[in-house]
Amino acid sequence: MTAAAPKPALPGSLNANRLLSQWIGFDKSGRVSIRPGKVEIGQGIVTALAQIAADELDVAFERIDMQPATTATSPNEGVTSGSRSVTESGMALRHACAAARQIFLSVTAQRTGVPLDRIEVVDGRFIGPSGEIGSYWADADTGLLACEAPAKVKIKSAAERSIAGTTVARIDLPDKVFGLPRFIHDLRLPGMIFARVVRPATRGARLVEAPEAPAGCSLVIDGNFVAVAADTEATADAAATKLAARIRWDERDTLPEQTEMRAFLRASPAEKLTLADQPGRAAPTQTLRTQFYRPYLSHASIGVCCAVARFADDRLEVWSHSQSIFLLRKDLARVLGLPIEAVTVHHREGAGCYGHNGADDVALDASLVARAHPGSPVRLQWSRADELGWSPFSSAMLVEIEAGVDAKGDLVDWKHEVFSNGHLLRPGNFDSPSLLAAAELATPFEAPIAQNPPLASGGGADRNAFPIYRTGGLTLDIHRLLDMPIRVSSLRGLGAMVNVLAIEATMDELAATAGRDPVEYRLTHLDDQRAKDVIEAVVAMAGPRPAAPPDGYGRGLAFARYKGTSAYCAVVAEIEAEEQVRVRRLWIAADAGEVINPEGAAHQIEGGAVQACSFALKEAVTFDRRGITSNAWETYQILRFEDVPQVMTQLLPRPDLPPVGVGECATGPTVAAIANAIHDALGVRPRTMPFTADNLSLDMGNAP
Amino acid sequence: MTAFYLNGTTVSVDLPADTPLLTAIRNELALFGSRFGCGAEQCGSCMMLIDGQAEFSCTRPLDSVAGRDVITVEGLGTPEHPHPLQQAFLAEQAGQCGYCLSGMLISAAALLSANPQPDEAEVRTALNRNLCRCGAHNRIVRAVLRAADQLRDTP
Repeated sequence: MTAAAPKPALPGSLNANRLLSQWIGFDKSGRVSIRPGKVEIGQGIVTALAQIAADELDVAFERIDMQPATTATSPNEGVTSGSRSVTESGMALRHACAAARQIFLSVTAQRTGVPLDRIEVVDGRFIGPSGEIGSYWADADTGLLACEAPAKVKIKSAAERSIAGTTVARIDLPDKVFGLPRFIHDLRLPGMIFARVVRPATRGARLVEAPEAPAGCSLVIDGNFVAVAADTEATADAAATKLAARIRWDERDTLPEQTEMRAFLRASPAEKLTLADQPGRAAPTQTLRTQFYRPYLSHASIGVCCAVARFADDRLEVWSHSQSIFLLRKDLARVLGLPIEAVTVHHREGAGCYGHNGADDVALDASLVARAHPGSPVRLQWSRADELGWSPFSSAMLVEIEAGVDAKGDLVDWKHEVFSNGHLLRPGNFDSPSLLAAAELATPFEAPIAQNPPLASGGGADRNAFPIYRTGGLTLDIHRLLDMPIRVSSLRGLGAMVNVLAIEATMDELAATAGRDPVEYRLTHLDDQRAKDVIEAVVAMAGPRPAAPPDGYGRGLAFARYKGTSAYCAVVAEIEAEEQVRVRRLWIAADAGEVINPEGAAHQIEGGAVQACSFALKEAVTFDRRGITSNAWETYQILRFEDVPQVMTQLLPRPDLPPVGVGECATGPTVAAIANAIHDALGVRPRTMPFTADNLSLDMGNAP
Repeated sequence: MTAFYLNGTTVSVDLPADTPLLTAIRNELALFGSRFGCGAEQCGSCMMLIDGQAEFSCTRPLDSVAGRDVITVEGLGTPEHPHPLQQAFLAEQAGQCGYCLSGMLISAAALLSANPQPDEAEVRTALNRNLCRCGAHNRIVRAVLRAADQLRDTP
């Protein structure tokens, strides 16, 4: 017996989902269905994918109907995360659509005898030398796409594209501006009942006694999982509030001291991974040691997590704003003891989530209530306190750098050490389901400890820990905590935010110590021309410092190539530091290769930068020994309109280079540029996020 | 039974008097444009115009609007007859996830009624109660200024 020849590699997610009809469908009425497995999370990906498809098929953009992903029929594209959607889904669709075009044209050529190179595609119609000879619509029902994508396909060159690469308005925005039902929260099904969960009073609390169900409500209790359901949302809400006041929990201290987090991160049992161990190129004449701390951060979505679930005839159907519907399906099936085929998860849009928030957890909450109410669709929505108190956070992190330089100040050695929990707790990745309520049940599943995604996918705590600079030697140690007192998972950029802050603030300090210009210093240590280009571009954008800067004025620059493989991004931040630090202006230059939707990409970069200002200046999850105390907007503050800086963005034109995502590239450089600007203004090196007055005085006191 | 004007027509709702206005409008009247964000008047997703003022609706009891004039984002305009603010938000692509936009539009509408020619700082102050997490703030500000310009040019 001989093994079958391995199939040729296809681009992106097409490699694992090779059937063309799974991605593309034509309708006799002249519509095109495009069915990606990636999902809209407010980043505009659905619009960018539609552009790619329309361009490669040669149909008008308006003919494309983007279908929401569902485990029932969509290609399994894993997780919508890590700025990988254009690469994985976009390049799959580009290839699939080019293949579809080629197949339809070949059939038309054979049928009519018109040579292939004499057929032009005009908005889906096939035009030969003497007029129309066919169309996608005419052959819509002929099953031409019921085949695997061929490996060899002619893809358009950059110059041949007319839709991808241009600014197109977001497909989803009109519904959101006119208030039309589009979000998961707006889904209503006949016979729907409304549910709320009553989470334990604090982390690790055990249920002692639950009161009777309030009138008109039913309780679902399974171990420490408590939920209440009613015919109306108002009744369920009121019942949840009443129950929360009366229910008795056995609480205990399970969380570390918030003020001792540095020591906690250093001392906790951890798995150590050495990613680099190259000796220095010379003995340093001077060594700089720096340490950076960032607290736990919340996704802090504006919408609360919500799901709809219906359980009937041993089948579960769920509507969810999860970023990973296939992985969610796996964990739901495991918790409910169902075969995976008995669970279907449909994606519906939620509020922006920036990573793994509670979207998956609430789907299990809804499913548990649905199982207790067979046949009825159950809509379960979290409260704001659930959202800010129980969604997975981004791990607190400690990064330490030891940089050795020679007499000129040039690097000879670099040691980078990270102490952090893992940054991946998404469902479906562990021996045991990772959904919140799975560990609360009477027969609990063991709660997994967050891992780091492999370096090949960009890593987690180690993301962007590899300096892009010529450092001489390089030692890189990652300590992944084996305890997880506070549940954490993926937030925009994962470990990149703190690693980039650490590297870029250290580079700035090294330049200053050597009496060198920070831009020259970086350029001297860079080999990558694209990196140099974005730095030079942002310096040109920002222009000279003002002749008479106001009091407290500071400017700082930072740069990173996201994940070491993705978009290049350089930022100049201009701040004013008085009682508090205010960011006034940001200039951003980025290189993301081919850009599908220039305005959309700029918007993603700007949004990431504004959010990074919020992370840098305002945000910290707070807790006592028992529970999260920052569970309202009063206690978890984010940046508001009056504090948002002006943002100027430039994307370098690289139409012939492979496209990469841009959603996360600005986060680290923005935080680091602000830190460097603070030093410029105040002379203090910020080491502790967020850069509040209190933390800055702490860092000033700790300065050597 | 509570009767009030909703987007220009009279409605009456048979719900307990203390039902939050937001819940009544979303669930009983099936207008989903106003969003639940916090239930504590801290984010602005639920804002409606009540007698012309931008007000939170998530904690506000239903009976407090008896006989009053309530406008939700659906009452500002429709795809066929958009409000200048809605046109401007689309022109500026002022939104990412879009969850906050109804509240933004309502706050902006109240601002433009009171101050038809706001400067940028006034727009930021007027929207400061409304939270956006995606970082679409500057585009939203530009959209409000664009709508103000349009209203001035087409009296």
